Amino acid sequence: MSGAAAGMGEGVTGRLSRRGRWLSFLTKLGVFVMLMLLWHAVTVTEIVSPFFLPQPGAVMTVFWRILSSGRAWPDVSVTFFEFAVAGPLAVVTGIFGGYLISMTRYSTIVLEPVVSSLYAIPIIIFYPISIMALGIGPESKIAHGALFGFFPICLNTIQGFSGVDAIYLRMARSTGATKAQLLRRILIPAAAPTILNGVRLGLMLCFLAIIGGETIASLEGLGHRIVWYAEGMQMTNMFAYIVFVILIAAVMNICLSLLELRRRGA
Amino acid sequence: MGTPDGTHEHLVRVEDVSHRFPAPEGGKDVLALDAVNMEIKHGEMVSFIGPSGCGKSTLLNVIGGMISPTSGAALVNGQAVSGPLPKQIAYIFQESALLPWASVLDNIKVGLEFQGVLKEERESVASAALRAVGLEAFATSYPHQLSGGMKQRVALARALSLRTDILLMDEPFAALDEQTRMIFGEDLSRLLASERKTIILVTHSLAEAVLLSDRIFVFTSRPGRIKAVLTIDEPHPRTPAFMTSQRFSALRNELYDLLRDEVLAAIGKDRQGLS
Repeated sequence: MSGAAAGMGEGVTGRLSRRGRWLSFLTKLGVFVMLMLLWHAVTVTEIVSPFFLPQPGAVMTVFWRILSSGRAWPDVSVTFFEFAVAGPLAVVTGIFGGYLISMTRYSTIVLEPVVSSLYAIPIIIFYPISIMALGIGPESKIAHGALFGFFPICLNTIQGFSGVDAIYLRMARSTGATKAQLLRRILIPAAAPTILNGVRLGLMLCFLAIIGGETIASLEGLGHRIVWYAEGMQMTNMFAYIVFVILIAAVMNICLSLLELRRRGA
Repeated sequence: MGTPDGTHEHLVRVEDVSHRFPAPEGGKDVLALDAVNMEIKHGEMVSFIGPSGCGKSTLLNVIGGMISPTSGAALVNGQAVSGPLPKQIAYIFQESALLPWASVLDNIKVGLEFQGVLKEERESVASAALRAVGLEAFATSYPHQLSGGMKQRVALARALSLRTDILLMDEPFAALDEQTRMIFGEDLSRLLASERKTIILVTHSLAEAVLLSDRIFVFTSRPGRIKAVLTIDEPHPRTPAFMTSQRFSALRNELYDLLRDEVLAAIGKDRQGLS
């Protein structure tokens, strides 16, 4: 008798008391401060040459300057535009594709391994082709960002929908649920945590692919600017732009985590 | 054969029901039920008891319209069952089947929504059902905050809220510890005495069968046939006094004698199957 734990996505982990949440926040802040201090220490003592790694204070000064002067805006807006197109494209195609595949048991068994094996290919090897086909502008970055993001979202959607406990389906069937009611009341809420996890991972990969694509071949965008400064040996400027990318990734991560918490009905 | 008020004397009839399951790996099909017949009256409380794999749950699902039998038919109110009958039949499953993302009250309301009850009525019907099982204080709780026994009471409330004539229970106590299940059994007996529902209970527990049933259908080992029908002539609600009486023990022993050979046969068969 496999009794009690039929609950899915009940993830109570990460649910802390008020005091626990404070401690957890302070710990995270502590780790961040330690890293900054370490950075400062190795640069001040010149263990690492300031030529490769400028002091954090200098980087922050430059960061503030490019932020307040608006000098970063052209590159930021290009990267943002690429992500704003590629991200939603990956989410919509991934969820829709995953839903279609999960609709029958047969297509799930046959096609899920196909999608998984495609996911295992290092997609970056196709980047030269998309440069040739779509050019060096934003189109090739959008294509790659969307492709990178598609796979984890599609796979998690398949897993989410096909993993719904049969007992809920029996309950719904015996009480006369229509197809639409089944989808809205049982399948979507049961699959949502798994799908959201995929969306989170997919959007991260999408952003990574866009920045990566810009560093390889581009004329604009944050990734391009970082490589450009690196090639010009302007390390402080380069690090200021790296801070930009890290901040964007962090903000994105926080937004997606909040979304997941809300879904869980915390 | 109708009664004067137009209803059928027997609410549930099972006519020559046989059912085969396809063998999992190309072997021989498994005959789970072999030409079973029975009649269950309005307001009657019956149990199906028998060794594992005797087809008692299969028969329950045939009556509930969740499985169509290989041959024969189940009839509810004189109509052959061809699919789920949400207006007439409610289920309680082995696991509570509560949705973990919905509150206790919403879990009851979702059943009403599926059944087609109007939105305005759902809240009051669901609250009343929750009151009936004594859990109104937990309306806004979530399933993971409840004990196993409480979850099963919510599942009972959901089934009661559907206001069906028939309640099918598929080992509803299986996941509960013994003390909890006996208390739940007493509560059930009291509730059902006031609700006048027709109930079919699939169980492994001799004590539960004797405590709750008007009649007990004893199944043979596979393929499932009815070996004997035991009548428990004791009014509902049944009290703790009945449970400790000599008659209770005598009935329980009688049931055990009927079952023992079948259980031995079922175990023996499985052993052969292994070698």
